[in-house]
Amino acid sequence: MDPAPAKRSSWLNDQRVRGLAYQILLLALIAALVWGGIYNAVVNMRARGIPMGFGFWNDVAGFDINLHLINYSNLSTYGRAFWVGLLNTLLIGVICIPLATLLGFVIGVARLSPNWLLSRFALVYTSIMRNTPLLLLLLFWYNAVLKSLPGPRQSISIDDVVFLNNRGVYLPMPIARHSAVWFLGAVLTAIVVAIGFRVWARRRQDRTGAQMPTALVAAALIVGLPALVIAAAGAPFGFDIARLSGFNLKGGVQIIPEMAALVFGLVTFTAAFIAEIVRAGVLAVPFGQSEAAGALGLHHALSMRLVVIPQAMRLITPPLTSQYLNIVKNSSLAVFIGYPDLVQIFAGTVLNQTQATVQVMAITMAVYLVISLAVAAALNAFNARYAMKGQ
Amino acid sequence: MDALAYVRKAPEPEEAPPLLSSGALAWARTNLFSSIGSTLVTLGCVALIAYLLPQLAAWATTRAIWSASDGAACRQHQDGACWAFVVAKWDYLRFGSYPVNERWRVDVTEAIGAALIIWLLWINAPRRVWGAFVFFVVYPILALILLRGSSWLGLPSVDTQRWGGIFVSLLTAVVGIVFSLPLGVLLALGRRSPLPAVRLASVVFIEFVRGVPFITILFMANNLLPLFVPETWAPDRLLRPLAGIIIFSAAYMAEEVRGGLQSLGRGQYEAAMALGLKYAPMTGLIILPQALTLVLPGIVNNFIGLFMDTTLISIVGATDFLEAMNNAIKDPVWAGPTIMVTGYVFAGIFYFIFCFGMARYSAHIERVRAKGRM
Amino acid sequence: MSSALADDDRGGDAAIRFIGVHKWYGSFHVLRNISLTVARGERIVVCGPSGSGKSTLIRCVNRLEEHQRGSIVVDGVELTDDIKRIDEVRREVGMVFQNFNLFPHLTILENCTLAPIWVRKMPRRDADELATELLARVRIVDQAHKYPGQLSGGQQQRAAIARALCMTPKIMLFDEPTSSLDPEMVKEVLDTMTALAREGMTMIVVTHEMGFARQVADRVVFMDGGEIVEMNAPLPFFQYPQHKRTKLFLSQILHMHH
Repeated sequence: MDPAPAKRSSWLNDQRVRGLAYQILLLALIAALVWGGIYNAVVNMRARGIPMGFGFWNDVAGFDINLHLINYSNLSTYGRAFWVGLLNTLLIGVICIPLATLLGFVIGVARLSPNWLLSRFALVYTSIMRNTPLLLLLLFWYNAVLKSLPGPRQSISIDDVVFLNNRGVYLPMPIARHSAVWFLGAVLTAIVVAIGFRVWARRRQDRTGAQMPTALVAAALIVGLPALVIAAAGAPFGFDIARLSGFNLKGGVQIIPEMAALVFGLVTFTAAFIAEIVRAGVLAVPFGQSEAAGALGLHHALSMRLVVIPQAMRLITPPLTSQYLNIVKNSSLAVFIGYPDLVQIFAGTVLNQTQATVQVMAITMAVYLVISLAVAAALNAFNARYAMKGQ
Repeated sequence: MDALAYVRKAPEPEEAPPLLSSGALAWARTNLFSSIGSTLVTLGCVALIAYLLPQLAAWATTRAIWSASDGAACRQHQDGACWAFVVAKWDYLRFGSYPVNERWRVDVTEAIGAALIIWLLWINAPRRVWGAFVFFVVYPILALILLRGSSWLGLPSVDTQRWGGIFVSLLTAVVGIVFSLPLGVLLALGRRSPLPAVRLASVVFIEFVRGVPFITILFMANNLLPLFVPETWAPDRLLRPLAGIIIFSAAYMAEEVRGGLQSLGRGQYEAAMALGLKYAPMTGLIILPQALTLVLPGIVNNFIGLFMDTTLISIVGATDFLEAMNNAIKDPVWAGPTIMVTGYVFAGIFYFIFCFGMARYSAHIERVRAKGRM
Repeated sequence: MSSALADDDRGGDAAIRFIGVHKWYGSFHVLRNISLTVARGERIVVCGPSGSGKSTLIRCVNRLEEHQRGSIVVDGVELTDDIKRIDEVRREVGMVFQNFNLFPHLTILENCTLAPIWVRKMPRRDADELATELLARVRIVDQAHKYPGQLSGGQQQRAAIARALCMTPKIMLFDEPTSSLDPEMVKEVLDTMTALAREGMTMIVVTHEMGFARQVADRVVFMDGGEIVEMNAPLPFFQYPQHKRTKLFLSQILHMHH
């Protein structure tokens, strides 16, 4: 005999129905908000005469930009101004990321040093930088330091090669000479030979067990070969050094004070965070690992190279990438000191002039989103490949 | 001791360690002079300190001008800080242009807020749930009335454009936390929801906000908010950056809380479900209290970051502490090269003390929790 | 610390000699006047309550810990601050840790071949052969290409033993090798250690596994409070303990054992 069928409770109590209902409610709410927002926006934009299309992209911009990596004048379009701003943002990223990484690793290693004084110095540095607003640092560098430099006629000079004044930092500009080709060729050859040597040495070690000092050989090659070229053919680069001409310095590479301040500020600020990441990564490798390596007879340098650092790098890479992203996002503080980055040019000047608020903000945010998501995807691919299996 | 069998007759006496292996000398040997390189580094550092420290100390104390009525004295003695400037501008730095007679209202609001925060963060305080209710629900309304003014209570209205200085920085940060924490909790729960639409909406919100610079959120709030609401609502000029701060902070808060929820483990959920608790009571009574306590240090760190991020609201016309300092520096009465440096150094010290202090507290909570007392 | 011994006090037939060894952690006197000689091929089990200094003792043998007074001579080489001597000793002494300490970023095979390649400068093929042979001896050769995180605790510890053996050490140190293992995996590791002992390896084992001590040890050493309290061959040690502290310890530990 069949057991009595279970009493059918109301379908309202079915978990799936409820779930569906909640979701429909949520979607309806979001749809209502979005629709309401768009409706209001259209009404308001019509009332204030704000353009609703992307026609402004091809209008003449009418303003100058004091740093442009591609051709730009005040007769260029707003669209062109966008590209100038984007390139300037990327330029900051390209310059600051390697510098901050270098400084960050140095300070991180100092933090780990067995010398108590050195470790405390590094601690003081990271504590100050991590508890000071980035904007304050930027304002300090820009207003208190760079803008307070003397005028071009009284420039501060380092070795008469680098000049500092309130128009910027002037570095010597390398100009290629005849032997430049040979020089570059020598550098490339040195690199190729060094890599080849390393591969050959590794194979030889696999075969016979004998080790070769690949690092020293590589260093000798990369320094020695180009040095030979210089000795034989003369200096490959001349340097165009800035000279005073009238009221200004001419020649050399001029780094505008806005950029100098942004780079100094971003690099010193982010390096403190990178230092802590490096320190945390190395400390997270269990002490037993270096003990086991030592117990096997590996001396300190080998133990670091083969056991500790490979593990530490896997722990360091994700937060390090996050800091790189922060550099790109924080470069938007350029708007406070007038560096012409994407936000300052596009979401600032262009938005003010065209009043095409929605379009400009959407494009600007989309750019940063694309960068963020691309980096996140790359990081996921990296983790999938290199994360330690079984962890 | 080559015998196979051995039985101890008398215990070994305890001895003091040899001189060089413990105490101050031993410490110095291992930590400062353990190798040639280390010794050189130590000497270098000592030389640096010996050179810099007296200079900095003198700049800040013995050579500084402590009181003056204008910038003349500071222009004359440019080798020291101009603390007189800070003293003279202190009221402006604290209140902005808030009317002088009404400044007591700001003081009262700050005092109540401080008391509530101490109540909430003090681990062993009684009835913290009540404290949470007062802080998150009652206090915002109270503060709004006190600060903005209300004709019913005879408090003259003060336009938000006149608010400025430390008070605005604190206000922005606290408002940010008060509203972004509940919003962040909702987003975190949403991100872990089994319902795909809810999860998608949460993820999109969080990743969008975290992927763009804070300034763009502020611009968006400042410029787009008036467009997307009816003309008549006319959102207040301080409200817009506040909205931006809340949105921004909520996304990061959501990730913190999500971390806490994840580390809680399935056991708690399963125990609660086995007892027959439905989603709301389970989450509210069992899961959230534990998860939030777990990530309390992370939340405090978020608060520190938020406090430093409030410096950015000046780009949309609000006057926070740093902007107030910038304005103060421009006063022609106090013009002089040391004024700017003094102002920035003072601002730096202010932020450092506040943030570092909160960071130490956060580390303290971590230590207490690690000992298993929480 | 420079050597204070005359030449004929070192070496001889002893694998390890402790002579008047003292160690302090800060002001805590953790090893008190330890004098002990371990002959070649001898198997010593060290036991004692926690904090007795037994782990510290064996960690001094390969200089993972430093002693402040007295001397330790391992395989004829005295342990001082001289790095060359420390490296020499570490090549001939293998160690197995309580939490295995396998290198998680390398496969089991790579864990085993790392030191032979980089310290003994073996060609890779020879190292691979040696490692495979030793992994087969400890019966996990089919796990050779897996990563440590993918193995069970017992398998990981056996891999750690194989890794230490790949350096063909003269002496093996075991620091509580089964204390981190689930009960059902303790036997496989103890069996591996027993087989090793049968082949004549000089071993010092810090452990609570008294069954292993009875079966394998030539001598059992009981430490308490930083000093050696009693030592004897296993039978007399367990049947007729003399010192009252030994009796107390054995009564506490034996009632919970097989």
